[in-house]
Amino acid sequence: MLETLYQEIILDHYRHPRGRGHLEPPKIEHEGANPLCGDEITIELRVEDGRVSAVRFSGQGCSISQASASMLTEAVEGKTLEEVRQLIAQVYAMLKGESEPDPEVMGEIAALAGVRNFPVRVKCASLAWHVLEDALRQVNGSSQ
Amino acid sequence: MGQTGLSIQKRHPIGYYFLSQTKSLGVTIMKALQSVIEAYQIRRQFPYFQPHPEMRSLIYLDNAATTQKPYAVIEAVSHFWAYHNANVHRGAYGVGAKASEMYESARARVAQFLNASNPNEIVFTRGTTESINLVAYSWGMSQIREGDEIIVSEMEHHANLIPWLQVAQAKGARLVVWRITDDGRLNLDDLRNLLSERTRLVAITHISNVLGTVNPVQAICEMAHFAGALCLVDAAQSIAHMPVDVQAIGCDFLAFSGHKTYGPTGIGVLYARYELLQSIPPFLTGGGMIRSVDWDGAQWADPPAKFEAGTPPIGEAIGLHAALDFIDTIGREAIEAYEHELTQYTLQRLQEVPGLRLYGPQPDRAGIFAFTLEDIHPHDIATVLDNFDIAIRSGHHCAHPLGDRLGVPSTARASIGIYNDTEHIDALIEALHKVRKVFGYA
Ligand SMILES: Cc1ncc(COP(=O)(O)O)c(C=O)c1O
Repeated sequence: MLETLYQEIILDHYRHPRGRGHLEPPKIEHEGANPLCGDEITIELRVEDGRVSAVRFSGQGCSISQASASMLTEAVEGKTLEEVRQLIAQVYAMLKGESEPDPEVMGEIAALAGVRNFPVRVKCASLAWHVLEDALRQVNGSSQ
Repeated sequence: MGQTGLSIQKRHPIGYYFLSQTKSLGVTIMKALQSVIEAYQIRRQFPYFQPHPEMRSLIYLDNAATTQKPYAVIEAVSHFWAYHNANVHRGAYGVGAKASEMYESARARVAQFLNASNPNEIVFTRGTTESINLVAYSWGMSQIREGDEIIVSEMEHHANLIPWLQVAQAKGARLVVWRITDDGRLNLDDLRNLLSERTRLVAITHISNVLGTVNPVQAICEMAHFAGALCLVDAAQSIAHMPVDVQAIGCDFLAFSGHKTYGPTGIGVLYARYELLQSIPPFLTGGGMIRSVDWDGAQWADPPAKFEAGTPPIGEAIGLHAALDFIDTIGREAIEAYEHELTQYTLQRLQEVPGLRLYGPQPDRAGIFAFTLEDIHPHDIATVLDNFDIAIRSGHHCAHPLGDRLGVPSTARASIGIYNDTEHIDALIEALHKVRKVFGYA
């Protein structure tokens, strides 16, 4: 069961995070934390013509929270806001065990489904996505 | 009281084996073997460690967070709910009188356990946190003045920190921090420099819930008194692991929780010198704590009733009584000696794990082991251990300032209780090697 949680792909994102860093302004920035375990994630993104043109994350925390953020940056860059919102909903559904991940849509993110067997870790995997969701609220009505 | 503990301990095999001073290898092995047998006998007194369809068999190493409950405690509580339930200090009927008697008998038992001179020095609360808040609001808010100083150590749990921050802020007083040494101890010379005529209180933990440091509370109280200050001891982590005698310590206030004492949640104790309880205003007000009341005001009941507004946790107090009986049947000196041996064994074995960094002093310390492993996040360590059926804690352990001092926001923490043995520690070490492997360090 441990192998489903700590899949190679997750550990790889943890050790070699993609999209870690910062953006120059103009950007939207949002930060979130998991006070119980101390995971912290900040997401910075730029939206141009209704698309996420660039996204970075920073923060600290466990392998799952950091790998999830790393995967997020790869997955959302270039997507329209609508596509991103759909993806977020699909990730939540997957983490809650409400739906099986569709590898076509999810790609590597599907690996995060392993947390379903570890209820206390679901929050770690979802943190970055919550931060992204909140960040997108700032977009509403502005650049879209 | 200490007397009782000692005579029971002499009869009890744990005392025999672990109090022996012999150091040869054969004896060490004998001791380890004996520890496994003894701890097994103790685990048999806990349903938590018996096979059950709802239970997964677990090596429980999170005793600093809460301890498991023996049958004796669970039965005492359920017996009370089943056959003696009534509110206390109210009903004229017999059952009510019996409930009151059981509740007051629990108070007397706590007084005896702490060697307090008078059961009326024992106030029942919901736990350590509430006990300390009681002192902060009743004593602190009424006695602390602008410019006064309250000394707290850098290793305090938030429960013995935030209430004092609140008092200091409200009263314009200063919170003075007694810093720890690099190896996680408190230096009495440093305290000497911090104490002054402005000091009103030294609030100190008996055992650190992160570092396992056992603080010399007796000397600390003496120094506080010499400076004209009072001393509060947070005994949450010591009470179930060593003899705690309020008269020997000389503290003015002492707090602990039932649930870290093999007893129920929702019950805690504040010990305070009787004159103090008499002189300070109540904390919560309402039923059960007044002598008389009219539209012009109220007269408070005598302590401890003055501090027990509302219906108290009656069944929980009775459960605590049973828990203290359980502890004394084993003997606190015997428990201390046993856990000391197991602690030494654990320290030695933890050294075998490459990349493991243990916080706190060595070798003199209590059985609480906060550590980091390579740069693996403590949350990940705990998850992997959980997968091998070992329960430990990860996080900041409600001591943020200490985490800042140590330079680690979070650590993994294993903590032992009377039912743990060397096999549990062996399993922990083996699993830590597996953690390394999962994260590519082996
Ligand atoms: C040293 C110390 N003080 C206070 C507390 C708070 O105890 P409770 O949560 O039972 O009030 C704890 C519990 O973790 C502790 O370890």
